[in-house]
Amino acid sequence: MIGFALAPTASWYLVLSAVLFGIGTFGVLIRRNPLVMFMCIELMLNAVNLSFVTLARQLNDINGQTIVFFVMVVAAAEVVVGLGIIVAIMRNRSSVTADDLAELKG
Amino acid sequence: MLDLIWLIPVLPLAGAGINLILGRKLGDPRAGWVATLATASSFLVTVLAYFEMLGLPAEERSHVVKMFSWIRVGSLQVDLAVLADPLSIVMALFVTGISTLIHLYAIGYMHGDAKFSKFFLYLNLFVFSMLMLVLGENLLVTFLGWEGVGACSYFLISFWQTRNSAAVAGKKAFVTNRIGDFGVMAAMFLAFNSLGTLSYHAINESAHSGELAAVTATAIGLLLFVGACGKSAQLPLYLWLPDAMEGPTPVSALIHAATMVTSGVFLMTRMNPVLHASYDWVPTVIAVVGAATALYAATIAVAQNDIKKVLAYSTVSQLGYMFLAVGSGAYVAAIFHMVTHAFFKALLFLGSGSVIHGMHHEQDMRRMGALRKVMPVTAFTFIIGWLAIAGVPPFAGFWSKDEILLYVYANNRGLYVVGLITGLLTAFYMTRQVIMVFYGKAKWNDHSAEHGSHGDLTPHESSWVMLTPLVVLSGLSIVGGAMQLPFGKDFNFLERWLAPVVEESEAHIHETWAYQNKYLLLAVAIVVAIVGIAASIVVYAKSWVKPIEPKVLEQAWYYDNAASRLIAGPGAKTFNLIAWIDATIVDGIVNGVGKLIRNIATSLRRVQSGFVRAYALLISLGAVVILAWFFLRGALL
Repeated sequence: MIGFALAPTASWYLVLSAVLFGIGTFGVLIRRNPLVMFMCIELMLNAVNLSFVTLARQLNDINGQTIVFFVMVVAAAEVVVGLGIIVAIMRNRSSVTADDLAELKG
Repeated sequence: MLDLIWLIPVLPLAGAGINLILGRKLGDPRAGWVATLATASSFLVTVLAYFEMLGLPAEERSHVVKMFSWIRVGSLQVDLAVLADPLSIVMALFVTGISTLIHLYAIGYMHGDAKFSKFFLYLNLFVFSMLMLVLGENLLVTFLGWEGVGACSYFLISFWQTRNSAAVAGKKAFVTNRIGDFGVMAAMFLAFNSLGTLSYHAINESAHSGELAAVTATAIGLLLFVGACGKSAQLPLYLWLPDAMEGPTPVSALIHAATMVTSGVFLMTRMNPVLHASYDWVPTVIAVVGAATALYAATIAVAQNDIKKVLAYSTVSQLGYMFLAVGSGAYVAAIFHMVTHAFFKALLFLGSGSVIHGMHHEQDMRRMGALRKVMPVTAFTFIIGWLAIAGVPPFAGFWSKDEILLYVYANNRGLYVVGLITGLLTAFYMTRQVIMVFYGKAKWNDHSAEHGSHGDLTPHESSWVMLTPLVVLSGLSIVGGAMQLPFGKDFNFLERWLAPVVEESEAHIHETWAYQNKYLLLAVAIVVAIVGIAASIVVYAKSWVKPIEPKVLEQAWYYDNAASRLIAGPGAKTFNLIAWIDATIVDGIVNGVGKLIRNIATSLRRVQSGFVRAYALLISLGAVVILAWFFLRGALL
C-alpha cells in the first residue's frame, strides 16, 4: 500500500497541475493587487507547463517539452511588459488596485 | 494619321481643361481664342484623317483605335475606343468645322459677359462629348457622349441662370431628354443580353447575318428611336427644343440646330442594319413620326414672332425631314440633309444672333424691319440661308430636301404629300421672317423712343469675328449641295462615300417611277418653294392679304400647355407619392436596420465594464462552458 502510495504516477502530476491552475485562476479572480494577479497568472502558466512535461514524458513525445520553452519565453516577455505598465501606473497614482483601472469601459 | 483620330475628341477636352484651370486668368477674349484654337486643331486632324481615308479602298475604310479597356466584368468587355469610318468622319468633319466657326462667332457674341471663360469651357466640353458620340466604337462610348452633350446642353441653356425662364428651360430639356436616355439604356441592355456585346461592328454584323432575331431587332430599334426622339426633338418629346432658345444664340446654333439634335438621326443611321433586320413596320413608324413632326412644327413656325422661336420650330421640322428619310430607307439623304441643314441652320441662327446683338437683345420680330440697310452683311448672309432652307436651287437645302422627297415618293406617296406641304410652309414662314426682320418699315425707332432711358438703340452691324463665320457658312450653304447632286453616279459623291456603312439597308429605288421621273419631282419641288415664297410676299410684303396667324398655332397647338398642366397636376401628385414612398418606406427600411443595430449595440456595450477581473471571470466561465460542452456532448448526443 505504502509502496504504491510512494511511487508517483503521471496522474499525480496532472492533479497537482490542475490544483495549481485552480489556485491561479481563483487568485486572479479574487485578488485586487495587480502584482498578486500577475503572480497568479504565472502560477497558471506554470501549471500548464507541468502538465505539458508530464504528458510529454508519458507519451514519449519531445514536442511537449519544446512547447514549455516557448511558454517560458512568452511568459518572460509578458512579465516585462506587464511589470513595465504596472510601474508606470504606480508612478502616477499613489495606490493601485485592478478595479481602479476601469477607464476603458464601453 | 488614322491612328491619331483619338486626338479629335481629346483636343477640345484639353481646351476645356485649360479653360477650367486658367480660364479666369485668360479672361475675355483670350479664353475664347484658346477654345477656338482647340476646336480648330481638332478640325484639322479630322481633315487629315479624311484625306488619308480617301486614299484607302472602300472596304478598308473602317479603323478602330482603342484608347484603353474601360470595363471588364465577366462577359461584358467594353473598350474606350474610337471608330473612324465614312459615317463618323463625315459627322466629325461637320461637327468640328461648324464648332470652330461658332466658337469664333461666340468670341464676339459673348464679349463682355461676366462668365465669358466658363461659356467656352462648356462649349469645348460639348464638342468633346459630341465627338465621343459620333466617333464611339460601341454603344456605351456613344452613350457617354450622348449624356455628355445632354449635360452640356443643360449647362448652356441655363447659362444665364439668374433668369428664371432660362433655369426652367434647362431643367425641362434635361428631364425630357432623360425619357429618351432611358430608351437608349434599355436598348443597350437588350443588345448585351441577346448578343453579349455593345460594339457597333458586332451588333450590325449579327443583324446582317440574321443571328439577331427580328423581334429583338425591332425592340432594340424602337428603343433607340425613343432615345432619338428625345435627343432630336421629335413628337412627342420635342417640347424642350423651343424652350432651349433661352440659351445664348451661339449655343442655339451649335447645339440646338447643327450638331446635338442630329445625334438621333446619326444613331439611327449607325444602327441601320438593326432597323433593316427588324419588322417591316418599324421604318414606317419612324417615317410617320418624322413626317408628322415636320408638318406639325412647320405649322407652328408660321405664327411665331420671336426670331429664334421661328428657327427653333423650323429645326424641329427639318429634323422631322431627316427621320422621314431614315424611315424611307434614305440614309444617305438623311445624312446629306443633316450636313446641309447644319450649314444653313447654323447660318440662320448666327444671323439671328447678329440681329439680336445689333438690336440690343430685342428678339421680337414685330419690332424689327428694314435691318438690311444697317446690317448689310448679316442681311445678305441671312438671305442666303433663307434661300437654302426654302428649297431654292442651286442652294444646298434644295438638293438635300429633294433627295429625301425622291425616296419618300418611292416609298409612300402619302408621306410625300406631307413632305411637300411642309416644304411649302417652310418657304412661307422663312420668307415671312426675312421680310419682318430685314424688309418693310423700320419699327425699331418707336421702340427706342419707348425705352429712351437705354440711350442710343440704333441697330449696328456686328464685328468681324461674328461676320466671318456668317460669310463662311453662307458660302457652304451655296455650294453644300455639290456633295450629292441628282445627275447620275458621277455626282453622287456622298452616296459612294457612305456606301460601306449604309449599303445593305439603303432603299433601292432605281427601278421605280419616282427615280425615272426625278426631274419632274425636282420641278414640283421648285414650284412648291416658289409658291410658298410668293404667298408670303403677298401677305407680308405687299399686304394684299391679311395674315392668318391663329392663336392655336402661336401656342403650338396647346400641346406644351397641356403637357405642362399634366406634369404639374396629376404628374406632380404621382411624383410626390413616389417620393413619399421612397422617403418613408424604402428609406424607413434602410434606416430601421441601422437604428436596430445601434440599439442592440447600445445595450451590448455595457458588458465592457472596464474591470479586468470581470473579464477574467467571463473568460473562465466561457472556458468552463466549453469544457462542459465537450464532456457532456457524448452523454447528450
